[in-house]
Amino acid sequence: MTALTYEQAMEQFDPVFGIEVHVELNTATKMFCGCANEFGAEPNTQVCPVCLGLPGAMPVTNEKAVESAIRLGLSLGCAIRESSRFARKNYFYPDLAKDYQISQYDEPTCFEGSLDVVLDDGEVFTIGIERAHMEEDAGKNTHKGGTGGIQGADYSLVDYNRGGVPLVEIVTKPITGAGARTAEVARAYVATIRDIVKALGISDGRMEQGSVRADVNLSLRPKAVAGEDQDAVPFGKRSETKNVNSLRAIERAIHHEAARQAGLLLAGQPVVQETRHWHEDTGSTTPGRSKEEAEDYRYFPEPDLLPVEPSRAWVEELRGTIPEHPAKMRARLKDEWGFSDTDMRDAVNADALDLIAATVEAGAKPQAARKWWMGELARTANDRDVALASLPVTPAQVAELQSLVDAGTINDKLARQALEGVLAGEGSPREVVESRGLEVVSDDSALEAAVDDALASQPDVLAKIQDGKIQAAGAIVGAVMKATRGQADAGRVREIILQRAGVDG
Amino acid sequence: MADWTRASAAQMAAAMKAGEVTSVELTQAHLDRIAAVDGDVHAFLHVDAEGALATAREVDAARAAGEELPPLAGVPIAVKDILVTKGMPTTAGSRILEGWEPPYDATVTRKIREARMPILGKTNMDEFAMGSSTEHSGYGPTRNPWDLDRIPGGSGGGSAASLAAWEAPLAIGSDTGGSIRQPASVTGTVGVKPTYGGVSRYGAIALASSLDQLGPCARTVEDAALLHEVMGGHDPMDATSLDEPVPSCVDAARQGREEDLAGVRIGVIKELSGEGYQAGVEQRFEESLELLKARGAEVVEVSCPSFEYALAAYYLILPSEASSNLAKFDSVRFGLRVEKATVERTMGATRAEGFGDEVKRRIILGTYALSAGYYDAYYGSAQKVRTLIQRDFAAAFEQADVLVSPTTPTTPFKLGERLDDPLAMYLNDVATIPANLAGIPGLSLPSGTAPEDGLPTGFQILAPAHEDARMYRIGAALEKALAEQWGGHLSAQAPELEVAQ
Repeated sequence: MTALTYEQAMEQFDPVFGIEVHVELNTATKMFCGCANEFGAEPNTQVCPVCLGLPGAMPVTNEKAVESAIRLGLSLGCAIRESSRFARKNYFYPDLAKDYQISQYDEPTCFEGSLDVVLDDGEVFTIGIERAHMEEDAGKNTHKGGTGGIQGADYSLVDYNRGGVPLVEIVTKPITGAGARTAEVARAYVATIRDIVKALGISDGRMEQGSVRADVNLSLRPKAVAGEDQDAVPFGKRSETKNVNSLRAIERAIHHEAARQAGLLLAGQPVVQETRHWHEDTGSTTPGRSKEEAEDYRYFPEPDLLPVEPSRAWVEELRGTIPEHPAKMRARLKDEWGFSDTDMRDAVNADALDLIAATVEAGAKPQAARKWWMGELARTANDRDVALASLPVTPAQVAELQSLVDAGTINDKLARQALEGVLAGEGSPREVVESRGLEVVSDDSALEAAVDDALASQPDVLAKIQDGKIQAAGAIVGAVMKATRGQADAGRVREIILQRAGVDG
Repeated sequence: MADWTRASAAQMAAAMKAGEVTSVELTQAHLDRIAAVDGDVHAFLHVDAEGALATAREVDAARAAGEELPPLAGVPIAVKDILVTKGMPTTAGSRILEGWEPPYDATVTRKIREARMPILGKTNMDEFAMGSSTEHSGYGPTRNPWDLDRIPGGSGGGSAASLAAWEAPLAIGSDTGGSIRQPASVTGTVGVKPTYGGVSRYGAIALASSLDQLGPCARTVEDAALLHEVMGGHDPMDATSLDEPVPSCVDAARQGREEDLAGVRIGVIKELSGEGYQAGVEQRFEESLELLKARGAEVVEVSCPSFEYALAAYYLILPSEASSNLAKFDSVRFGLRVEKATVERTMGATRAEGFGDEVKRRIILGTYALSAGYYDAYYGSAQKVRTLIQRDFAAAFEQADVLVSPTTPTTPFKLGERLDDPLAMYLNDVATIPANLAGIPGLSLPSGTAPEDGLPTGFQILAPAHEDARMYRIGAALEKALAEQWGGHLSAQAPELEVAQ
């Protein structure tokens, strides 16, 4: 079997893919009980009889999670079912406290949607959404000893803190027609979902913490021959690669799976319909459970819960809270702000878009706002290892800081000192400028005295200047700035030096 | 009174209020009775003498201090072992939960505590409430105080027997297909399955969630009403709990006793008679109808043709839900663990050892019924039958205010008699199951003893959903008419048990 590249595979075959994205909702409490929904607590401290599945305990639906799911569904253009049900998905596993998962099966709350995703070159691709349904997460197993897998482990530990955390699972329809751009489209789709859930404020959208997780299905079918309709060619057998948890990994996983399947098909071997595990280190997949021997989940309607029946009025009210599509918003802001593609991408990647927008809203010019958030503040956040948004400075304060610079009250250097004071909790930029005495010295007599002092102490420099070597004035400017602790306007100082030296600038 | 255990709960409450007896005396009398007869009856899996007496002492002190107390404060109660009780073992009659002490209280447990009723202990039951005889308990059967060779009904045989044996004046039961009403019928006591959602299920170990309902067990209709009002009401912890006030059961029972039944239409369900019904059971049923007529009720015949399929539908829905509800007994977090090399094998070995045959039978049945390819034919069809039964009831309640039938087709059979014949065992519940499938309330009260064997017979009253009070009115009226005939309550006719020294 010959090893193929993704590009070679795409020349030979037509790919069909589908993605299941799990979004962890950031509700205060879990899906069916009152336990805190928080990442990173001590194991088994956020549990109760309900999420531990103790005998007799019963679930109660978290209304806030329903609201989040409906808002997400609406953002994906889904219809919202007037009456939908929860169902039990039955399987035995130690991290599944009740040995069934409460999910939705034949009646998901959100169904039949579509989402436009914008590729880097601006091409728009429409993804069909089959459904978005609510379910609860399972706990987390940790296997000790051996290789860290369940096989060969000495023992295993189960943490049920994550058990019962609310999830929305978004399932696409089979996506055709992306051809060689399949990997890009898949990545852009997951990125768009991540941006939407963040814009909605229903999830922190952090893929690295597992709050947005993706399973990627891929199959290959022969390319249509001349005159044949590609849509009429039947789908091939698909693999489902589980837990592909970064945008880059989604692209890589598709590259790998397409090449692997194409290799098999060209060698006349069948593709097995199965789940596969993704290995980030090697960029490859290995087989999991094959679908032929897959469990029968024995779904049936959850008898402990009533149907979800959101009123039309409520759904319409929620529709009014749906933010603009992230790609459209970005295109609009890029135009309005006059940012380059790079500026925009960097701001998005740094999670700075909302902060810049709020700073602009507070009166700063877009480029100035970008300069602060992507410069000094990004460096500070990086040094402190915190998110940009959690720095103790508000967009309004950044705008105020910039307005002080624009008015000439402070220069850039002083502004950085003022910002330092703001971050240290000393008050607003104006307050810090006052309390630290950071205003630019604009009194000419004070500057003239300082210049005279500097010239007197460096007569050789004065001689050079008078000789016509005007650039030598820099040394005197430096001395004056030092004497005034940076609070002088360097341009004005230079004018005074030349004036005193009797030279025309 | 010479022996307080022979009093009704209402009488006990009144006597405490009047200062004639203390809760400690009442509680101790029942604990003594349990010590004297429970070796034979085996109604209890666990007796909490210390806890019960502690509650009794607190109630007596509060009463002495002039505190306002709830109506049943100080009246002892027995609790079916299906209800979780903090600090007291809870097994649901299964070896798989042997020794498990729940870290929390069921909502009904909490309500009993808030009502300040001393909890005598936990009563025996068929394992996970699967059975009609209590023979499927993992801890040995309970015996019928009317005849120790006979079954006390099930699954709540322990609760019913504790009442018939004068070990407790009140008990909690759970009814999925008749587990309160059938034991009441065969022990000559009163049992009520409230409207589905009328009593919180939170903390009741689930058998079949869409059918299960907790309810009161007592010796009189009024006592059942008093307990019903303690247990009932909305619970935010149970999503299926009704958000409406508890029905006025006590007032309805008093009305039934005091007023005639003029204008009340009583519908006799045609399908729940004839073949399979013991002659003496039918005779006592007919006599009860005459008594109701004599008090002014109009008796009509109604037909519920879909009842023919009720048992079949029930034995698909129940095992399906049970197979899922019982999955959690996997050794990982609580209960029995039979350690093997892998977690799958540990789960398998634990369940193989911890579950009894009837539980395994139903898990296998339910797993099969829910499987891909069979779901529509089994679970799906059963749900359709359920809808048809609900329609039958709706049509019948157009013609009558309440519907009636014998509670069970026969008087109690002998221990072991039907153990090897599950279908014969299941037929016991033919008259009680339709109410669970439809979610409507049902009450069983004693209608006498069958002339041929001298064993108790039961009279079942069914009402539309939310109309629980109606059953108490009709039930209390019949109970009074029967007592006038017998010169006292039926339980007074039960043979005296041998008292252990």
